Amino acid sequence: MIDLELHVQLAETWRKPRGLWGWLTDNHHTTIGMNFIVTSFVFFLLGGIEAILMRTQLARPENHFVTNDFYNQLFTTHGSTMMFLFAVPMIEGLGIYIVPLMLGTRQMSFPRLNQFSYFSYLIGGLLLYAGFFLNFGPDAGWFSYVPLSGPEFAPGKRIDIWAQMITFTEIGSLGGAVSMIATIFKHRAPGMSLNRMPLFVWGELVTSFMIVFAMPAVMVASSMLASDRLIATQFFNKAEGGDVLLWQHLFWFFGHPEVYIIFIPGTTMMSTLVSAFTKRPVFGYVGMVLSLVATAFVGFGVWVHHMFATGLPELGLSFFTASSVLITIPTAFQVFSWIITIFHGKFIVRTPMLYVLGFLFIFVMGGLSGVMLASTPLDWQLHDTFFVVAHLHYVLIGGMLFPLIGALTYWFPKFTGKMMNETLGRWTFAFFFVGFNLTFFPMHNLGLHGMPRRVYTYLPTMGWNNLNMLSTVGAYVLGVGVLLFMANAVISLRSGAIAGDNPWGSFSLEWFTSSPPPPYNFLYLPTTRDRYEIWTMADDQPLVTGFRPDRREVLITKLMDAFPDHKIETPRPTIWPTLLAGATGIGVITAIFTPWGVPLGMLLAGIALTGWFWPKPPHHELLEEQP
Amino acid sequence: MTSSSYQDALHPAGPYANTIVGVWWFYLIVCTIVFVAVWIALFIAIRRARRRVEPDTLAPRAPRAMMLALAATTGLLLAMLVSSIAGARALSPQGKAVTREIQVTGHQWWWDIQYLDERSDHIAQTANELHVPVGERVRIILASSDVIHSFWVPNLHGKRDLIPGQKSIFVIQADKAGLYRAQCAEFCGLQHAKMAFIVIAEPKHDFEQWLATMRASAAQPKTADEQRGQQVFLSTSCGMCHAIKGTSAGSRVGPDLTHVGSRRTLGAAVIPNNRGNLSGWIADAGGVKPGVLMPPNPLDPDDLHALVAYLESLK
Repeated sequence: MIDLELHVQLAETWRKPRGLWGWLTDNHHTTIGMNFIVTSFVFFLLGGIEAILMRTQLARPENHFVTNDFYNQLFTTHGSTMMFLFAVPMIEGLGIYIVPLMLGTRQMSFPRLNQFSYFSYLIGGLLLYAGFFLNFGPDAGWFSYVPLSGPEFAPGKRIDIWAQMITFTEIGSLGGAVSMIATIFKHRAPGMSLNRMPLFVWGELVTSFMIVFAMPAVMVASSMLASDRLIATQFFNKAEGGDVLLWQHLFWFFGHPEVYIIFIPGTTMMSTLVSAFTKRPVFGYVGMVLSLVATAFVGFGVWVHHMFATGLPELGLSFFTASSVLITIPTAFQVFSWIITIFHGKFIVRTPMLYVLGFLFIFVMGGLSGVMLASTPLDWQLHDTFFVVAHLHYVLIGGMLFPLIGALTYWFPKFTGKMMNETLGRWTFAFFFVGFNLTFFPMHNLGLHGMPRRVYTYLPTMGWNNLNMLSTVGAYVLGVGVLLFMANAVISLRSGAIAGDNPWGSFSLEWFTSSPPPPYNFLYLPTTRDRYEIWTMADDQPLVTGFRPDRREVLITKLMDAFPDHKIETPRPTIWPTLLAGATGIGVITAIFTPWGVPLGMLLAGIALTGWFWPKPPHHELLEEQP
Repeated sequence: MTSSSYQDALHPAGPYANTIVGVWWFYLIVCTIVFVAVWIALFIAIRRARRRVEPDTLAPRAPRAMMLALAATTGLLLAMLVSSIAGARALSPQGKAVTREIQVTGHQWWWDIQYLDERSDHIAQTANELHVPVGERVRIILASSDVIHSFWVPNLHGKRDLIPGQKSIFVIQADKAGLYRAQCAEFCGLQHAKMAFIVIAEPKHDFEQWLATMRASAAQPKTADEQRGQQVFLSTSCGMCHAIKGTSAGSRVGPDLTHVGSRRTLGAAVIPNNRGNLSGWIADAGGVKPGVLMPPNPLDPDDLHALVAYLESLK
């Protein structure tokens, strides 16, 4: 029974401002989360178009579809987009939308920080594409190795745009991660102790911690590069006592954990889908959580396997071979767990479950080629060839995109209240799966047969013609899959079947409210008594009451056991975080052209922060309560 | 050796590439078995699950299966780790006696090759064409003059980066005579795709003969055409970048041209070296290799013809 009066009051209190002003000021986690999801999907499409252009160029040898200069911009922008503007923001956005619902709360911690993160990220993405469309897109690769990206060999502003884009998106990622960690630690429903959290929440938690530790490395690196270029520091100039390899260490100390930042939420989406469609808890919960944590730890100890060919001492290389092999074991545990779960469960064939199977095919293959690349002798042959292009797309598309499309299909009714079309969904999967393998499997062979990566063309006598053509055809098939997915989303949004609260009969608390959720998420906050909250609820499971309906109050619980602690009021919509992002944007973009951008940005940011933290008058009754 | 396997990691032509291919096949077999095993297990699981109306409510009996699978995984990974480290040991350049030292310096977008010798007048310099004697270990000293490049002859060995400001050591050996193609493997800018070179492995006798030729100064021009060509070379901008031993041109910005007529390719193994290609390259190298640092040279047709005749005579 819905308490209509309470509903009306809460809906007024949590009302989302509408229109452009609403978009600029709203900080509710569902709004920010959806902003992240939609924006990163748009960047995914742009990155995909770049991929199609590259494959078109490589379809035939000595092709003149694009110039070498433009090709270099294409692959740099493609890599940077997919890593910085699509993958990380997408998993963050999905977490920002879903995690508070899974925790049974009404709002995230630090909602204004979230809002600031989103607009920082948006400005960074727009900056990259402004450069790209004005034909000064970065062209030194998403890894931007010095000295090729340094002041001597990359004059102009292309690399500065890249470096500042990194700064923006990392600010965004860090802000999102901090707010995610605080939310998971302090906003859980009473009863949801740490060892009962849904695995997807664990995934977002572990990933957020990885972001906090990994992103500073690349921010340091990109800032050093920007200052080398802008104010002639010599961090990477060997002749002046700098070091070329320092860049690679810093970049990969971020870059390899980045892969796990993307992949860990992918595995927990897998766990979510497997449970939902086998109707059984995933086997070995503690083992699954420990796998995530172990992957995160070991993930920080493998970065040198990107640098096997740089001539580092061999004993050190063996250590990194061993750690890169070791990291397979926790993931193997997860794969075995899913198989055991299926073995004991039902097997309900719905579209998301097809992506689970797709993951198990593609990711397992990518993981195995990863074991190959961990071996120094094999890596010396395969490094920087198309074999690596195949491997990285098998692990990233297999490990992140397939679970993601499955998860978006699974959560689409939660976002919109409508079901996605099942028939179209299956066709989408077929195009994705066939197109993906057709595109990337031949690249293994190309690499073994000597084709290096990042080449804009190749000679017709090299024997690479047919495999490249096959790969290009595959890319177009994959592209059709993406179009089908979008068509399905649009059609289903307009005329999909009404979903209801919990269309899949699933287990976690996001399904314990209506679809789409009301602006206040839950009329009464739920409590839980075990993992798989909905499946294990008692008939008389209590609900939390005692919140003032006229204020945006949320419940704060204890870190370990989620015992109710106190309640706090969370901020209403405000423009200041957006203005702060704008101020930071003006400062950082001006700094591309003159060092005066830094003080300018600080001044503007100071003004925005003053507005943000301007003291608000306390509530009257609080004053009365004071002794 | 067909043209499509002359740049190919799966067609080893020497002991080091052979070692790597050995590790590769071992890994490939193990990985295939693992992949098939995972999918058989998954099929069995799905078949059982499809027959069920309701999920199992019993506690899983799986811990034993999990332990077994993890033990098998760990065992296989250890076997692969051992084979990898053994392979790396076999490839290590340390403690390997060599007969010759060659310094390879990467430039945007070509390779400078010097055969080192204790006698400085015995140093031979060439570009984009590496000759090695069959059956002998050769030490390659790698350096870069600008950005990072990577030295990679897949038929002979894996990669080693050329990093500005540091020298790395690499040992290669070819056991089969033949021509192998090599290509830069670290993205190095506009023409990374067209920064290649060829390796010619030849019997010791042929190699020594070739090296003796390379040590010598350039042939003197004989015909009138060639003499005029030399004049053109020395009086226009050619000498600002290129060296021809035995003439006043001694710049090291571009490839050494002392014996350019004997080389099989032009533009860093991009086009065959013949009269037509050479003329086109001199007139407008950027037309063949967009972005190349060599500027177009609008020469008078007769001058160009003479210059080509001269360069072709530099065998």
